[in-house]
Amino acid sequence: MKEKAKIIEKTPGSISRRTLLGGILAAAVLPVDELFALEKDTINIPNVINEDPTKAPGPGPSPLGKRSTFEKPVRKPSDISSRTPLQDLHSTITPADLHFERHHAGIPAIDPDKHQLLIHGLVEQPMMFTLADLKRFPSITRTCFIECAGNFRTGKEEMTPQDILGLTSQSEWTGVLLSTIFNEVGVQAEAKWFLAEGADAAVMTRTIPLAKAWDDAMIVYAQNGEAIRPEQGYPIRLLLPGFEGNMNIKWLRRIELSEEPYMTREETSKYTYPVKDKIRMFSFEMDARSIITYPSYPQQINKGYVEIRGLAWSGRGKVIKVEVSTDSGKTWEIAKLQEPVLSKAHTYFRYLWNWDGSSTEILSRVTDETGYLQPTLKQLVEVRGPNIGGYHMNPVTAWQIRKDGSVLFKPENYTK
Amino acid sequence: MVFSFLVVLIVISINDSFVVAQKRQSLNDDLKKPIKFGFGRAATGVEITAWDIDVRSDGKGLPAGQGDVKKGKVIYHSKCAVCHGVGGRQTGEAKLPGGALVSDTLATGKLKTIGNYWPYATTLFDYIRRAMPYNLPGSLTNNEVYSLSAYLLNANNIVGDSVVLNAENLAEVVMPAKKLFIMDDRRGGAEIK
Repeated sequence: MKEKAKIIEKTPGSISRRTLLGGILAAAVLPVDELFALEKDTINIPNVINEDPTKAPGPGPSPLGKRSTFEKPVRKPSDISSRTPLQDLHSTITPADLHFERHHAGIPAIDPDKHQLLIHGLVEQPMMFTLADLKRFPSITRTCFIECAGNFRTGKEEMTPQDILGLTSQSEWTGVLLSTIFNEVGVQAEAKWFLAEGADAAVMTRTIPLAKAWDDAMIVYAQNGEAIRPEQGYPIRLLLPGFEGNMNIKWLRRIELSEEPYMTREETSKYTYPVKDKIRMFSFEMDARSIITYPSYPQQINKGYVEIRGLAWSGRGKVIKVEVSTDSGKTWEIAKLQEPVLSKAHTYFRYLWNWDGSSTEILSRVTDETGYLQPTLKQLVEVRGPNIGGYHMNPVTAWQIRKDGSVLFKPENYTK
Repeated sequence: MVFSFLVVLIVISINDSFVVAQKRQSLNDDLKKPIKFGFGRAATGVEITAWDIDVRSDGKGLPAGQGDVKKGKVIYHSKCAVCHGVGGRQTGEAKLPGGALVSDTLATGKLKTIGNYWPYATTLFDYIRRAMPYNLPGSLTNNEVYSLSAYLLNANNIVGDSVVLNAENLAEVVMPAKKLFIMDDRRGGAEIK
């Protein structure tokens, strides 16, 4: 009856009898900080669950932190990508290990001391930069989202935000402005575009307008305060705030300036989409979008106050307004935006709803600073035609609230 | 005594504000005329040649060499068909790992292939050379890439059986899908497009 402790897992972090005994002995002769330094070489998180945690000391400090064993957010991988668990996160920053992935020939293993960036083409002086060189330039930090251009799935009710649009994530990125580097090599007057190329087995290439370099493009080496993750382009990637994810070339090794675009595979036969009887290419900016992440499938709500929460963003600037409907889109109310609202960044919104227990649908829609209001799927089909494809889809999405408090996605059919 | 202490304080504060104003001025100057830092080094011609593998739609970057349909067919079926299907075609139910490459030109099917969805022939050469075959990227010779390009363009009814492709004529191949492609016509603002 009086079970004092329940051992969840037997790992180096659990308190063994020897550790406890050692601790007690040490306590007699060592100062307190020495006592807690005993297990410095292991990852110490308390995983002996005490009924009363105030009655037994926990493990001490460790070299590397770890999530609580109660928290198990995971990406959802397919053969070619993995999705961020948006429904498990709070506010706007994506932990680096949960950032979505999309790569075309796997993750290359790169020695940062050997990695170099070549810049050539229409420049005054072709140059080679090591990672150490890049870190010597003025270091800039920017928080923004990266979203895959093919970030929309629908088709069944049992879908989470992760399933629907988990190919968007947000980080605090640190690196050097591309304009600083272009100034260093000197750009010739005829240059209008630049090719960016990765050091992966796809040798991924995209052409980017030079204006983006003078505006806000960066070469980044850090993500949320540490070196960027291998799957995010370690040791360096291109960052093009607001542009489709594929152009933010990872494992960046070469930039070539040119008077015209290269028409690479990823900017012609991929990342393009039918618009009526034409195919739209070079569609760079991600249009404004929002999603309610709470409540969402598979969460459950209770009658009374429910704070509706979610994310809104635009590749064209700041979010200026998010509206929430709790009556299936008949009326809309203004949601609160979490400050600071950053340009080309996930913006957290919330709206306090007093649910009366009846079945309904809840939706969100965003307006960005250019005056663009997030469209419905019907509007997108009207302007682009029924052969719409899967790129640059940003429709308003609805969650169905059932009387029992369960939440289901509302799939809408649109393909021919 | 008290009086002289005050004087010293005033002098210090004037000096401080002067320094701050000077710093601001120099920062503004930096932004107007960015300096060259002198970090990094000049790249050598050998280094540039080793990495400069891109081919532009006007043919710039195409290397010496040539290839034909017959040779391309042999290479295709030994190195590509396992992922892209016999003859580059989707047959049966099982989805091809690398997708189909061949279809009737501009057919209104769901499959996006070279024949109905690729606007430039040069892209074919560039992509095959840099990224294919998937398990051994960068392993094909320039002649093999020309031959594969010839075979795949022929299979899609874009070039004839006797074509020999090289740096001079690949960029001249007109792709059926080219007339369908338009540059982004969204302009930001309120319009849904």
